[in-house]
Amino acid sequence: MNIVERFGGVFLLPVAIAIIAFVLIGAPSSWLTLTVAGLAMGMMLFLMASGLSLVFGLMDVLNFGHSAFVSFGAFVAASVLAYFGGWLGSESIFLNIMALVFAIAAAIVFGAALGWFFERVIVKPVYSDHLRQILITMGALIVAEQLILATWGGTPTTVLRPNFLEGTIIVGGSSLEIFRLFAFIVGAVVYAGLYLLLNRTRMGLLIRAGVENREMVEALGFKIDRLFIGVFMLGSALAAMGGAMWAGYETLITPALGAEMMVIVFIVVIIGGLGSIQGTLLGAIMVALMQNYVGFLAPKLALASNMLLMMAILLWRPYGLAPAVK
Amino acid sequence: MKGNTTVKLIAFAVWAVLLFAPFFFQEVRQVEVAARIAVFIVLVASYDLLIGYTGIVSFAHTMFFGFGAYGVAIAMKQLDNTWGYWIIGTLAGVLVAAVVAVLIGLLSLRVKAIFFAMITLAAASVALVLASQLSTFTGGEDGITYSVPDVFKPATKLLTDDEGKVAKILGVRMNGKIAAYYFVFFSCALMFWVLLRIVGSPLGTVLKAIRENEARAEGIGYRVVAFRTAVFVIAAVAAALAGAIYATWLKYTGPETTLSFAIMIDILLMVVIGGMGTMWGAVIGATLMVLAQYYLRDLMEVAANATEAIPFLPELLSPDRWLLWLGIIFILLVYFFPAGIAGTIIQRRAAK
Amino acid sequence: MSLLSIRNMDVSIGQYSVLHGVTLDVPEGGVFVLLGRNGAGKTTTLRSIIGLLDRPEGSVTFRGEDISSLHTSDIARKGIAFVPENMGIFGGLTVAENMVLATASGKFDQTRLARVYELFPALEQFWDKQAWSLSGGQKQMLAVARAIIEPRDLILIDEPTKGLAPSIISAMGEAFREISETTTILLVEQNFSFAKSLGRDMAVIDDGRVVHTGTMADFAADTALQDRLLSLSMEAS
Repeated sequence: MNIVERFGGVFLLPVAIAIIAFVLIGAPSSWLTLTVAGLAMGMMLFLMASGLSLVFGLMDVLNFGHSAFVSFGAFVAASVLAYFGGWLGSESIFLNIMALVFAIAAAIVFGAALGWFFERVIVKPVYSDHLRQILITMGALIVAEQLILATWGGTPTTVLRPNFLEGTIIVGGSSLEIFRLFAFIVGAVVYAGLYLLLNRTRMGLLIRAGVENREMVEALGFKIDRLFIGVFMLGSALAAMGGAMWAGYETLITPALGAEMMVIVFIVVIIGGLGSIQGTLLGAIMVALMQNYVGFLAPKLALASNMLLMMAILLWRPYGLAPAVK
Repeated sequence: MKGNTTVKLIAFAVWAVLLFAPFFFQEVRQVEVAARIAVFIVLVASYDLLIGYTGIVSFAHTMFFGFGAYGVAIAMKQLDNTWGYWIIGTLAGVLVAAVVAVLIGLLSLRVKAIFFAMITLAAASVALVLASQLSTFTGGEDGITYSVPDVFKPATKLLTDDEGKVAKILGVRMNGKIAAYYFVFFSCALMFWVLLRIVGSPLGTVLKAIRENEARAEGIGYRVVAFRTAVFVIAAVAAALAGAIYATWLKYTGPETTLSFAIMIDILLMVVIGGMGTMWGAVIGATLMVLAQYYLRDLMEVAANATEAIPFLPELLSPDRWLLWLGIIFILLVYFFPAGIAGTIIQRRAAK
Repeated sequence: MSLLSIRNMDVSIGQYSVLHGVTLDVPEGGVFVLLGRNGAGKTTTLRSIIGLLDRPEGSVTFRGEDISSLHTSDIARKGIAFVPENMGIFGGLTVAENMVLATASGKFDQTRLARVYELFPALEQFWDKQAWSLSGGQKQMLAVARAIIEPRDLILIDEPTKGLAPSIISAMGEAFREISETTTILLVEQNFSFAKSLGRDMAVIDDGRVVHTGTMADFAADTALQDRLLSLSMEAS
């Protein structure tokens, strides 16, 4: 057990899943394709889930409407990409990148603004009342979903991708989609940024301390509320960014996207443990790998397998694998 | 008059109307509405047992409802439409509901209430996905249409007149449809009564103590997790039975009628409108919501057509946007009217 | 004029009334000890001073200014530090990070830091360790160190000796005595011998009311009074 701890403890679980899957799948090239897909999806799930986890950790607020940010991010990005359709098809990589940057930036800005609105109008009146909090954020999710339906319509929306992210590259006999590699890199960069923010800045220090003991941070002379709205907006912006990436990954999106992702995001934060981004990343990678491997081996059981994974982990660790210290 | 009495009188009036519904309303659609109200009263009352009496939020109530409905549906379709198989199907559905409820309860009720809400939501989604994917069993998205025990067939003659035709009482044909309606009515009335008894029993008192002060109840020696799990199981079994009854009435079971998230929202709205923690509020909430569902949508259609010339507004008023308005109403209710109708009546009268 | 005065403080938590009309004056300088049985309302009194309770009634005046409606963080900025019963250590943070958080600017005043090291050498030794790995006594030292790293006028300390070994308690007593030369301490304590050795003035709370105030010297001399007010729960002196 000590050796396991030294080499990462619970953070070895995704490796274990990958090894088991390697044996079950048998074909190394398929396995590599699935693993890369899983890692890319994991990074996108991480973007979607990290805000939910931090907000809960800091304020004990669970926002059931969180997936609305994911949906809005996806649709806003899709609209911006469609608007710059000409740039996307262009041979110029510069124009490609500019369109992509605009799309993601639009999603982020929209997500942050929506997050501000959510925190001020929806969540603030029901701090510390879990029952009403769950009900109201759930109501907000329904309203948000319906607004998306009313704005973008119920038929699936096609998402354009920039030219340079189309296609695949062949590595050792398995074909890897370029967009997935891109998604993985973006997710990794955001994770690194978050990690630095939390561990190298004073604001990060306050967030980590606030997650552990909100009262004490206030007794030391800091206002948590102001910090909280910042974290809430950051989390919403990241979720919207995750939605934008997801739109590019799926290339065909419907308004049901948010509700579908919500369940997976919940499983991610429960498995990972609330309040820590390390835990969220761990949960996201595990869930995404499971989803891809099981989706290949027994497609109909992909979601159910994650449910079972969650149950098993809760039996073993009721607070998830790597929750924040409370 | 005490507020409690007012609420009860309203509820009794609703039950009385339901009792004579086939005689009052002879259109098929109206009887349909009456049966749906009866089933949803039980569904909402059992949900109130959870949310109102223990303060935990579950999003899996439709899942249990679905277990009961699919139990009957699969038994009727795959085996035979006899009473024996009906009972087997119902029991199977109830058993699955109870086992799943125990599992979820023991796993998640010991941690945080908020985990419970998330886990039930995840479980319900898995059930929904499985129901639409395991189509050989469940009929997938299309659901299952089946026959029910013969006594409920429209062609069945309960009473015959001198010529051997179906007899009429007060102009209503005494056929299988009437039998089916009263089967629904009496089963639901019985279950509602049982739920009332549970709330009035010592268990109900313990639940209230836990809701008021969990730590204190634990201190007194109540095993909070065990009680909560027990209540969750009771609610799940009641929901499964309601599902079995509804499946028998509809002769059709599919994701849309039992498992869908829209129904979960309906239940939430009904319990909040009626008044959480009152039990009798379930009657009021279910009645108002079902009536609104059947008749308000027509109004929205009219409003959407009337505003056709204005941009975007018809899109918001179209009956397809029904949920948008429900969502807004729901948020406003939880903010400003959390006691619901029954709760507010009781508080007002008590304040006088 | 007293440094801190509480007038007619009423506090209810849920349906339970915890404090009814607490009135207390804490003079400047030295250690003021608040005694009382378990559940008498001592912790609630401290928490209401620092503004952690929802809707207390009554007034809290600090240096002549009413602070009862201020936010906790603003009360802290007025120069009041709080060391709660559970110590309020951030276990996932290092000792250094815990200390940095207690400074308003994010930078240490080197003379004050030197004084902390002098009072609690263990903290210097474990400076970069995560706080959860400290022993109970070291955690308590960290909690007190956080309270003195910035200049404060009043430190509220809730049962610092709870669960600590006797040798650590006496070291803690030394530290408190030194701190109290420059900063007023309002100390809630169950350990009477510890309280007696430190206190200059004192009050006893019972059942949510202040039932006795006076000097520690008088109270320590009157064993009958001690028996009446503190019987059972207090450890023998």
